Amino acid sequence: MHVVVCVKQIPDPSLAGRLDPETRCLVREGVEVVLDPGDEVGVEAALRVAEATSGEVTVVSMGPEKGLDAIRKALAMGAHRAVLVSDPRLRGSDALATARVLAAAILPRHPDLVIAGTESTDGYTGTVPAAIAELLDWPALTFAKAITVEDATVRIQRQTEVGHDIVEAPLPAVVTVTGGANQPRYPSLRGIMAARAKPVDRPGLEELGIDPATVGLAGANQQVVAVAPAPERAAGAIVTDDGSGGRRIVDYLAELKVI
Amino acid sequence: MARIWVYGECVAGAAAPVALELLTHLRTLGDTVEAVVLDPDGASITATLGAHGAERVYLGTDQAYRDRLAQPAADTLSALIEEHRPDLVVFGATYDARDVCGRVSARTGSTVVANGTGLRRDGEQFVVESAIFGATVQVQTRVAGGSPCVLIRPRSFAAEAGPARAPAVTLVASAIRPEHQRARRLESVSATQSGPKLEDAAIVISGGRGLQDPANFQLLERIAELVRGAVGASRAVVDAGWAPYARQVGQTGKTVKPTVYIACGISGAMQHTVGMKAAAHIVAINTDPDAPIFKLADLGVVGDTLTVLPAMIQELERRDG
Repeated sequence: MHVVVCVKQIPDPSLAGRLDPETRCLVREGVEVVLDPGDEVGVEAALRVAEATSGEVTVVSMGPEKGLDAIRKALAMGAHRAVLVSDPRLRGSDALATARVLAAAILPRHPDLVIAGTESTDGYTGTVPAAIAELLDWPALTFAKAITVEDATVRIQRQTEVGHDIVEAPLPAVVTVTGGANQPRYPSLRGIMAARAKPVDRPGLEELGIDPATVGLAGANQQVVAVAPAPERAAGAIVTDDGSGGRRIVDYLAELKVI
Repeated sequence: MARIWVYGECVAGAAAPVALELLTHLRTLGDTVEAVVLDPDGASITATLGAHGAERVYLGTDQAYRDRLAQPAADTLSALIEEHRPDLVVFGATYDARDVCGRVSARTGSTVVANGTGLRRDGEQFVVESAIFGATVQVQTRVAGGSPCVLIRPRSFAAEAGPARAPAVTLVASAIRPEHQRARRLESVSATQSGPKLEDAAIVISGGRGLQDPANFQLLERIAELVRGAVGASRAVVDAGWAPYARQVGQTGKTVKPTVYIACGISGAMQHTVGMKAAAHIVAINTDPDAPIFKLADLGVVGDTLTVLPAMIQELERRDG
């Protein structure tokens, strides 16, 4: 089975993000980029499906050239090859343009299954996988906590507001995974060495049939018009527990008349 | 005057709370507000939607809207958008609506702004307010072009019914393509829960890694029982399997606005704080005095949750008894 996994390189989520005051785009220069932790779960899910079916995994990503490091991590985990669409004209693309580019990169590879994280850890839009599925005209099973693939059917436990649903679709399909769907493996030393030799295809926008006018800041029908720090909460009382901490909290609840 | 559409999600025969919140807010903007309801039980919620501000409800009741995922609803909603060209299509950020929104965006070529917490007019256009970087930065995004799609986080507005008013109801034919019925819902499993719902509780007490062991969630359960509150959890412990997803508070979980939020052994990662920082009062217990959660806390106790929580229980039981 051929599995495509979509990944994103994001600024290290443990560091505070910054917006460029001029362009109001996320500052990606001079910031360490990593494979989105949510996508590590996607890569792991893709590898497990491929391993169970003697299949292969192709990593597909869109982003600046230095995102290659993030892709190498996915390759080191065991993916077989990668496709990186990198073009300065893509800077500032909205979720729809991102989905158009990824769908165009996925289609000629004819996968049986496309896996993605539920949402990125930097942007959190969360509509790219559904938009990819729509552009491919495939069903999508989203918010997977667990995935099984049997014959030509994929079935998942889909997270809901109150528990989970069991949902299934015939392949080909798009599946998105939640953070807890699995425990991603660490790349082995051998995997890291092997990743260097794995092929990374870099199709251009024209090759993908993408009209540059429909992507990037120019193609986005949205514009950030203002950025401001969120109002901070007034500083509270911080006490060190000397055995009275529990009572102190109960006093506070009584003061607020909620108990 | 613009025409704004709200995707009126119907959950188990009732209007999704977020749909009522959106209508309540949008009816103040002075535009024409209409709802689209695609659900076999949709007819039962049109009056409620009308009372909250929908002047018209486009209603489709095909069984596939419930039994199949996203595609049938996206088919009909996209066809309706192309026919009526609303100026804005607003969705509540629920699991199902997010999928429908992503598909409709791709089908109609409309942009999407997600994670909205506010929405206002700016001349002829609309501006979406959202919070990024874990709600430390507020961003205003102007949308344009066709029928832009906006996803608004639940609890961004308070729902309030206006004068009872019967909306015009327009029955809409199904535009579902047969090949779009392939993703099927086979079974729904609800996690059992006692006490008030996480979203409705006046007191929410949440646990994180600092609880050290899943068994210690019992301390939170006991306190919730004593104060008639609900138990929440951070993503870290939900991902670790200590608590079910339905308990998760944060970016990928629920947004709560209780009177008091008590964070126990939660460091205060942005992923979490975005879901709770709108609480009226915040209490934090953490061993690390530099934990970011203390920046939000009205009352912070630097100490071990495994000492402080049993002391709380003892005090609550004493007052109860």
